Amino acid sequence: MAVLERSYKRYAGALAPEWSRFLIIPRHAFRDVFRSKIFTGLYALSFIVPLGFATVIYLHHNAEALAIMKLDVVNVVPIDANFFQFFVSFQGWVGFFLALLVGPQQVARDLTNNGLPLYLCRPFSRSEYVVGKMSIVILLLSSITWVPGLILFVLQSYLEGWSWFSQNIPIASAIFLGSLVWIVLLALLTQTISAWVKWRLAASAGLIGLFFIPSVFAAILNEMLATRWGNLLSLGSLIRNVWAGLFGTFVQQAGQVREMRRGVVIETAMVEPPLWASWLILFLICALCLWLLSRKVKAYEVVK
Amino acid sequence: MTLDVPATSSHLNDSPGVITLDNLSVTFGGRPILKSLNGDLRGRAIGLLGPNGAGKTTLIHTLLGFHQPSAGTARILGSDIRGEANQIKSLIGYMPERDSFISKMSCIHFVRFMAELSGLPPGAALERAHEALFFVGLGEARYRNVDTFSLGMKQLAKLAQAIVHGPRLIFLDEPTNGLDPPARSRMIKMIREIRDSGQANIVLSSHLLRDVEECCEEIVILKDGRLVVYCNLEEERKANKKFLMLETRGDLKSFVEGIGALGCECAMTSDHRLKIILQDGTEVRDLYRLAADSQVQIRRLSYKRDSLEDIFLKAMENGSN
Repeated sequence: MAVLERSYKRYAGALAPEWSRFLIIPRHAFRDVFRSKIFTGLYALSFIVPLGFATVIYLHHNAEALAIMKLDVVNVVPIDANFFQFFVSFQGWVGFFLALLVGPQQVARDLTNNGLPLYLCRPFSRSEYVVGKMSIVILLLSSITWVPGLILFVLQSYLEGWSWFSQNIPIASAIFLGSLVWIVLLALLTQTISAWVKWRLAASAGLIGLFFIPSVFAAILNEMLATRWGNLLSLGSLIRNVWAGLFGTFVQQAGQVREMRRGVVIETAMVEPPLWASWLILFLICALCLWLLSRKVKAYEVVK
Repeated sequence: MTLDVPATSSHLNDSPGVITLDNLSVTFGGRPILKSLNGDLRGRAIGLLGPNGAGKTTLIHTLLGFHQPSAGTARILGSDIRGEANQIKSLIGYMPERDSFISKMSCIHFVRFMAELSGLPPGAALERAHEALFFVGLGEARYRNVDTFSLGMKQLAKLAQAIVHGPRLIFLDEPTNGLDPPARSRMIKMIREIRDSGQANIVLSSHLLRDVEECCEEIVILKDGRLVVYCNLEEERKANKKFLMLETRGDLKSFVEGIGALGCECAMTSDHRLKIILQDGTEVRDLYRLAADSQVQIRRLSYKRDSLEDIFLKAMENGSN
């Protein structure tokens, strides 16, 4: 079908491999995403903290610099599991705000413009569509969470030596797994809200509400019942516990509450819910999101 | 009533039909929408006709794999829609009835994106997107955002995305909806060009009989989810060529006798009008010769045939019984 001939001809060339087709969606989406100057600026800013962490690691191993600056970085900021956990959680929340800018428009835009039949009439399944849309958030957030996290880990291992690396390998897996759990959760939540709430602003507000409103309820529940089981309602607490579990910093007994009852002081231990409960709730949330997505991501909705 | 469509005589061979319906039924929420459709459609351009709500779009959606059949199955170019959906989808193009596009994309980007989703590598997809847009007449507007297009331009963009990957079968759902007469003519011309190229078969769903008549060789008419008429328009046209209407002046008695002597059936509809069914071996020039001999003037001669409208209306009447 040459431009000048303007006649219909079949395509007889090679085809792209089927497994890679879901990547077409993020590739084209990134063009649109990075057209926004606000997003590009925020994305660039999100690399400042990894640079700061890299500087701290470098200072740890540069005696001359420490002597000049007269800083006791080695003792003030030790490089251990807490150091990397803080990095993952900080970058994770930066990722949340980036996902807030990118995620809610993805599926909503296709649903509003009846774009889904165009995807699904091609050799492109619903699951490939969902994975493709999720991979926009997954790839973006990976680039600011576990990828720089692992680079920092490798940098520290390089400067500290083989023995540090071999002793702290679980930190590397915690960086990767902890970030991935958070990213997948964000990707699923943004896509689900995007599919059900077609208005972008409402979808963004819904996502913020989903994180912060249950946290408020959880705090109220914890206060009223003198427990920590309310944390199972709060997505922030759930992921915090999961991260702590992965980095090996999880403490189940978080404190004690003293109450005066009939003149007697009663001390109640504040016990965090077990780790498996946090994992289970996160798993259930992801399963619910997938179910909700499967109900919405259809070429045409059948009205019963 | 269920009508079994015969294998088209003009294409009788062992090759798989374009669309083979095998007792295909679709039910939504317990309500049957398509009821035991059977048929073997082999035309280059197949028209899908029916009143609103007859099940045309549901049939297309089921063939595209958007809905699961509740019973039976169908085959497209030999592949079963139940088990080989992905293979089928790589062979087809689809132009939806409703406005469907990806917003905030230029037209060339949109069509290229669709080509890539069909499996074309990025370079080939871009090349074919340019070609498809020039083919449909959007060459000059290809860098404009699709959101800013008029209705007619959106229809053309939808056609471009349906053909960009060079499919073997193209489903066009109401392609002339909302088009002004010149735009409609252009659309019909393009559909005919694709049909005549022999590179792709077309399924055209429309409630506009004229569109179907101008483009299609075969038609199926659906009513209330049932296939009520199958008609090969080409064969119908050939058959109807033998059916003549004459308007004459003069003494018809000897003329009518002469026609009878030629072996043709003849009926007078009024003083000067005759209906004649020509027999094999009898030509129109024989009638003129006979008229000259009988001193009868033939003032008008026309081939009378059942128009698609007649066929459609008959189907609706019969279907309602």
